[in-house]
Amino acid sequence: MAMAVIWTGMVVVSIVCALATGRGPDVAAAAMEGAGAAVELCLSMAGVLCLWMGVMEIMKRSGLSGGLSRLLRPILRRLYPSFARDREVMDSISANVSANLLGLGNAATPLGIQAARQMSRRTPGVASDALCMLVVCNTASIQLIPTTVASVRLAAGCAAPFDILPAVWLASALSVCAGIAAVKVLGRVWR
Amino acid sequence: MDLAFTMLVPVLIAGTALYGMFRRVDVYDALVAGAGEGLGVLIKIVPALVGLLTAVYMLRASGALDLAAQALAPVLTRLGIPPETVGLMLVRPVSGSAALGVGAELISTYGPDSLIGRTAAVMLGSTETTFYTIAVYFGAAGIVKTRYAVPAALCADLAGFVAAAWAVRVIFY
Repeated sequence: MAMAVIWTGMVVVSIVCALATGRGPDVAAAAMEGAGAAVELCLSMAGVLCLWMGVMEIMKRSGLSGGLSRLLRPILRRLYPSFARDREVMDSISANVSANLLGLGNAATPLGIQAARQMSRRTPGVASDALCMLVVCNTASIQLIPTTVASVRLAAGCAAPFDILPAVWLASALSVCAGIAAVKVLGRVWR
Repeated sequence: MDLAFTMLVPVLIAGTALYGMFRRVDVYDALVAGAGEGLGVLIKIVPALVGLLTAVYMLRASGALDLAAQALAPVLTRLGIPPETVGLMLVRPVSGSAALGVGAELISTYGPDSLIGRTAAVMLGSTETTFYTIAVYFGAAGIVKTRYAVPAALCADLAGFVAAAWAVRVIFY
């Protein structure tokens, strides 16, 4: 229901604001534009998504993802206790985490989606605690090298575009910790 | 160093393929089977994104975010966040490209090495497009009851913004 409330809220607020500020026509045009942009976005990520799911399948069949998840297991076991014994899910999460750490956002999304699909088999239609954890960890994304931002800074005439790295790491780490804490706390109280 | 970054993806793919061959896996068959599954996932994501982006585009065009930014500025000063970054913080969870645009604008206006420019850069680097991620993951997994995923993710975003402003102040000033 959360998304239903947010979505309806966004649409209603836009219309009220548009009427108040006289931007009605802009909002009407934007609604159509947004729907089109969604399909374009999906098409633009289609190739990458298929490619990485294919690469993941190779990693799975060759046992590479199994090795990866053995490496990350000590941490992931604590974050996803209900799936600690599910090798398939653990392998997908490990691949997702590795891609995130390498800064491969394009690869991390398909791999995370696969983990989400495998997790949802146990609780169809409902976001389990583990699924919430997966989503929150991915929205908080620990990125070791934020290349896009660095290129923006470089374009603005910055001599050392990567001097923000320690601050980025610190902020990402705190953000992920806050997300994990929120999931752990809310998981206790939410039905 | 630049070359190493750009070559990371192709090298990873080649490495995976070589390892697969070494382990006597039919690499090409696996690749095609996995990619085929990707198409099915994509079809599930399209409707979720159509819904989300329609609302996001409407919200952006309506000027609601600008109004909210004005209202929130005094609160942010209290939290130690430069009030100029409020627009960025509001856009960040809903649209990645818009956030990059707003951030780039801040960085070029105030200078990449200014307090505001650095804070904007760190905010961009340490958070994600939350609603997009939630829509894509839950859309693909067919999740209807999202439970506390949205509030928890927004908690992480808020912590990220406060931490970004704090980290820049501590490290640079």
